[in-house]
Amino acid sequence: MSAPSVAVEPREHYLNVDYGIRSWLLTTDHKRIGVLYMISITVMFFIGGLFATIIRLELMTPPGDLVTSDTYNKLFTMHGIVMVFFFLIPSVPAVIGNFVLPMMVGARDMAFPKINLLSWYLFVIGAGITLYAIVVGGVDTGWTFYTPFSTTYSNTYVFGSIVGILFAGFSSIFTGLNFIATIHKLRAPGLTWRRMQLFLWSNYATAVIMILGTPVVAISLILVAVERVWHIGIFNPALGGDPVLFQHLFWFYSHPAVYIMVLPAMGVISELVSTFSRKRVFGYEFVAAASIAIAVFGFLVWGHHMFVAGISIYSALLFSIMSYLVAIPSAVKVFNWTATLYKGAISYRTPMLYAFGFIGLFTIGGLTGLFLAALGVDIHVTDTYFVVAHFHYIMVGGTVMAYLGAIHYWWPKMFGRMYPEGWAKISAATIFVGFNVTFFPQFLLGYVGMPRRYHAYAPEFQVLNVMSTAGASILAVGYLLPLIYLIWSLRYGAIAPANPWGSTGLEWQTTSPPPTHNFEETPVVSEEAYAYDKHPEMEFVA
Amino acid sequence: MWTDFPLWPARASNFADRVDPLYLFLIAVLVFFSVGIFLTITVFAIKYRRSVHPNAEHIEGSLPVEATWSIIPLAIAMFIFVWSASVYYSYGAPPKDSLRVYGTAKQWMWKFQHPDGQREINELHVPLGRDVAVTLISQDVIHSFFVPAFRVKMDVLPNRYRTVWFRPTRTGTYHLFCAEYCGTSHSGMIGWVVVMEPADYEAWLASGGEGSLASSGEKLFRHFGCVSCHRSDQGARGPDLAGLYGREIHFQDGTTTMADDNYIRDRILGPRQPGRLVAGWQQIMPVFRGQVNEEEMLELIAYVKTLQNPLNVNPNAPIPNEEQRKHNPQVEPQVIRP
Repeated sequence: MSAPSVAVEPREHYLNVDYGIRSWLLTTDHKRIGVLYMISITVMFFIGGLFATIIRLELMTPPGDLVTSDTYNKLFTMHGIVMVFFFLIPSVPAVIGNFVLPMMVGARDMAFPKINLLSWYLFVIGAGITLYAIVVGGVDTGWTFYTPFSTTYSNTYVFGSIVGILFAGFSSIFTGLNFIATIHKLRAPGLTWRRMQLFLWSNYATAVIMILGTPVVAISLILVAVERVWHIGIFNPALGGDPVLFQHLFWFYSHPAVYIMVLPAMGVISELVSTFSRKRVFGYEFVAAASIAIAVFGFLVWGHHMFVAGISIYSALLFSIMSYLVAIPSAVKVFNWTATLYKGAISYRTPMLYAFGFIGLFTIGGLTGLFLAALGVDIHVTDTYFVVAHFHYIMVGGTVMAYLGAIHYWWPKMFGRMYPEGWAKISAATIFVGFNVTFFPQFLLGYVGMPRRYHAYAPEFQVLNVMSTAGASILAVGYLLPLIYLIWSLRYGAIAPANPWGSTGLEWQTTSPPPTHNFEETPVVSEEAYAYDKHPEMEFVA
Repeated sequence: MWTDFPLWPARASNFADRVDPLYLFLIAVLVFFSVGIFLTITVFAIKYRRSVHPNAEHIEGSLPVEATWSIIPLAIAMFIFVWSASVYYSYGAPPKDSLRVYGTAKQWMWKFQHPDGQREINELHVPLGRDVAVTLISQDVIHSFFVPAFRVKMDVLPNRYRTVWFRPTRTGTYHLFCAEYCGTSHSGMIGWVVVMEPADYEAWLASGGEGSLASSGEKLFRHFGCVSCHRSDQGARGPDLAGLYGREIHFQDGTTTMADDNYIRDRILGPRQPGRLVAGWQQIMPVFRGQVNEEEMLELIAYVKTLQNPLNVNPNAPIPNEEQRKHNPQVEPQVIRP
């Protein structure tokens, strides 16, 4: 890409332009909003992680002996709500997307900077309400809020949790709105759609899901609240409602929500694989199109959560075949990333290790999805630990690995400091090992027959549960290490050059950290993304 | 803890023999693709590492390659789809001559009723080698009937009967779990399915019971006063229920339905939708929602199913007086129009 030459260290950048608390809380700078999001979701991640820790400790022994059943039920519910709505969904889009997306299109900011700030406030208000509901007593419906349990039988803070999630939902809609408007209207001169980096394509697809899907989960949760508070019969048969209707509404959003979590992560992997192989992504058009295909097909597979829930055999057949169709674009992406490595010049920096980890774990997560889409097998494994293992491979093995890879990759750009490479590699390896030891035994546990959401379990399931808990303790160390060394690096890390990885990405063609308006002069794009062959001068300097 | 450490569930029903081969095939697909990708990545990552291969080669995509790795996985996926759909299909309607068991799920227990009168809680006795169909309903939230050794799972709904079936192929005692989260003691909503030799099963059946389901249902039929209207003589104010089960019912709006378990339950619980009233009858039947629990409902239905001949007038039943009948001329006895 032809870009402005790297300027000398500017006197002023987005971080040092003003240090006042007001300058952060009233900022409309997408980079500062990205940082605010990063701090917020990191807090939520460790709260959700704390719940998971207690869950794993409880499950070391078959009887429910550490916490009461009600407490246990609240723990897994709140772990799910916090991790899904307040960490995974905003993770890559709201943190990484906010920070780098406008720079990737060569813009000074998002299309609607004030709405962007509003989105963060809504997120914080939602998180605050949900945390308040947790502190005053918690909620025990499972993050899925199945009716009529959630509307009639649960005596916990369902309403408060729902209100919190609604706020988070609107924050997500506003982020999506900004992504779409920014990508459509603010691309730099010469940046045609086919020259866009794949991170943009995948976040564009994500934004479409956010805007089309999130209102539906908002409606379904409002209906739960309406039935719960005013006893208007919608889902509870005793009031004339239909309990399975809720599942249709809920999964119509919540299955695409899986793609909200994983599509941006795929975008990250495309960037990492290309940069650290110094090559164009193999089959660029197919990877880009696969993002859009996943977003579209993702809306047509919600019924695969309901194969034993009482849907007709014909709708089950339809949802099963659609689920296989949506698997193909995901497979195409994995094959293309692998092929990108071919005849590359591969360096094993931490972000690339996370990318390798992502591809491996996502492959297992995706292929075990074939088991669940297989109607006959799903009957046996649904609602068991097999499902728990499957979605953790996608969401934690996939999304969290990509998120951490992204944090390390763009850390020099964000804060102008390098992270410590040795520690980062140790933690990446720890996370990979810890993750597999935690979640692989759960596949076996699921097929043997242990149902999910069980506070106490039969003795023959203990060995695998102990393995899982052992893995979780390794995983916890792996997650705490980056928290420590990344904060350390803000002060003591090596000063980062403008483009430490020698990337052709537009976001790297400015100083680190960037000035408030991102580029000293508007960049002009004259070639496709990842044109490493035309830029031998772009070299690793870190 | 280390002595009893299964990695595979017991194979104790006809479905285990259908599900396990498909599962093994899926594992083979998983191993093939994941090992293939891991090896490829490892080989590339070593062979093309920067220190030995510093200059990446520029490679455009390739349509034939993309087509190949789209179509082959698609073909494998479609093969799995067809296979798994055929397995799923076999879980459908139970064979006609299945042994019938009825169950109710509620927070947090399973109750089973056998037609001949045996009742059990958190245990289900079934004979080896015989098709067993379990019709289930929930009294409160959604539960799920899960027997890992049978590879059988079905959500139990609070608004309609659903039937799950299996043919036990091995004697023994197997876990019964609730697999749909249902509140505080979800993990305590467990029990055992006991598969017995047919002779033992017969002995077990004969060992207890307080009268058949239908006889209990008959008592309820009188208790709730059903018999004062549903009869075949002049005093009838509702349709005679003889031969009702399995018959086609005509509604006032011209639609029809089959009189099955769900139909009878819905009629008893009411209220009925306008237009969905049985043709030829005034809608005077009280709503029994909240008065009949799900176990009693199963007994009532069992009784209604046994009614094949027109009901004899119960001499003790109150006969509606002439005064009332004059004011309700529509309440003349009529038959359901088939």
